[in-house]
Parts: sequence; C-alpha cells; structure tokens
Amino acid sequence: MTWEIVANYAVAFCLIVGAAFSLIGSIGLLKFNDAMTRLHAPTKVGTVGIGALLLAAMIHSYVIGEGVLHETLIMAFLFVTAPISANFMAKVNLHRRDCDMPPAPNKDDTWSTLDVPEADRDLAPQSER
Amino acid sequence: MSPSVDVMTFALWIAFGAVAIAQIMAMIRLVIGPGTGDRILALDTMVVNAIGLVVLLGIAQGTAIYFEVALIIAMLGFVSTVAYARFVLRGDIIE
Repeated sequence: MTWEIVANYAVAFCLIVGAAFSLIGSIGLLKFNDAMTRLHAPTKVGTVGIGALLLAAMIHSYVIGEGVLHETLIMAFLFVTAPISANFMAKVNLHRRDCDMPPAPNKDDTWSTLDVPEADRDLAPQSER
Repeated sequence: MSPSVDVMTFALWIAFGAVAIAQIMAMIRLVIGPGTGDRILALDTMVVNAIGLVVLLGIAQGTAIYFEVALIIAMLGFVSTVAYARFVLRGDIIE
C-alpha cells in the first residue's frame, strides 16, 4: 500500500518537527536571562511542538486502521489557552517587579473629565471653554 | 517490516528522547527559577511536555485510549496555571 508508506514518512516528519520545537522551547526557557524573554520561548514554540505531535498521532491512527480526529480537540484547546496563560504569567512578572517596568505615564489633569485639555482650548467650541 | 515503519519507529524514539530532555530542562528551571513567574512558567511547560509524552506513548502502543488522558491533563494544566497566577496577583483564587 503506497499511501501507508507516505503516511509513515509524514508521521516521522511530524514527530521530528514536534520534538525539535518542544526541545527548542525548553532550551529557550533555560538559557534566556530575563523573565519576560523566558516567557516567550515555551509559550509560543512549545504550542507548535505539541500541535505537530498531535498531528502525528492523528495520521498514525489512520495508518493503523482506526482513524479518528479527536486530537483536534486537544490542539484547539491548547492553541486557545496558551496565550491566556502567557498573559497571566506576564501580569505576574509585572506585579512582582521581576522585569523592566514601563515608564510612568505623564500627569494629565483633564483625562476622563469634562475639562478640555490645555492644548485643545483653541479648537473647543465657545460654550465649553 | 517495510523501511517506512523503521523510519517512523526511529523518529518515535528520537521524539521520546527530545521531549524527555525538554522536560528535564523545564524541571531545572523550576528549581533554579529566580522569580515566581518563572516557576509558574516552568510548571506550565512541564504540563505541555507531559501531554507530548502521553501522546508519544499512545503512538508507540498503537492505541487511542490515551486521548482522554491528554485532554484532561491539558484542561487541568490550564486551570492550575491560571489559579497559581491569580493567587499571586490577587492573594486569593475565588474572591
């Protein structure tokens, strides 16, 4: 059966790609030297790696005869939840001051009030001055 | 045994080794990680790599019974990551 041979090679390719991405993500987690930089490596790269491994599992289930696409559910769940958990961990880093903080905003007395800012007084209608 | 099956088996063992090394690296970061965010990130990475190892075990044994295991580990991993982060951020999980 020729398509089984092609599918076996596809499974091997997906396995190698997925394992390489997982390994590179963990190398980045170990080697980078800033908390926010470390956040990037496993949350993006590791998600692609696990997606390739699940794709290999799906193709392999068709090779051995009982083809199912259930692993798509895990893939969709991981792809949706990985950015959410990464966002939470970035908020933890900001909260604990483990990273470079963004500069403080300029003082603004008229933000979110009915007063017109100093620079826009000339443009505002007469009744609002 | 056709050569394509041999290639796939070889790739499977390579993948087992690579994901296991990735898991050990995440474990090292969990131990040495200087901040709380690094430890939460290492635990999240370990959960994702554990899903990968379970999926690889399912391929090696040729069964589909590990699908539910991987799905439940994925859900528990997300919920535990969010719970840890919320505990650090708010001092409480459910207010």
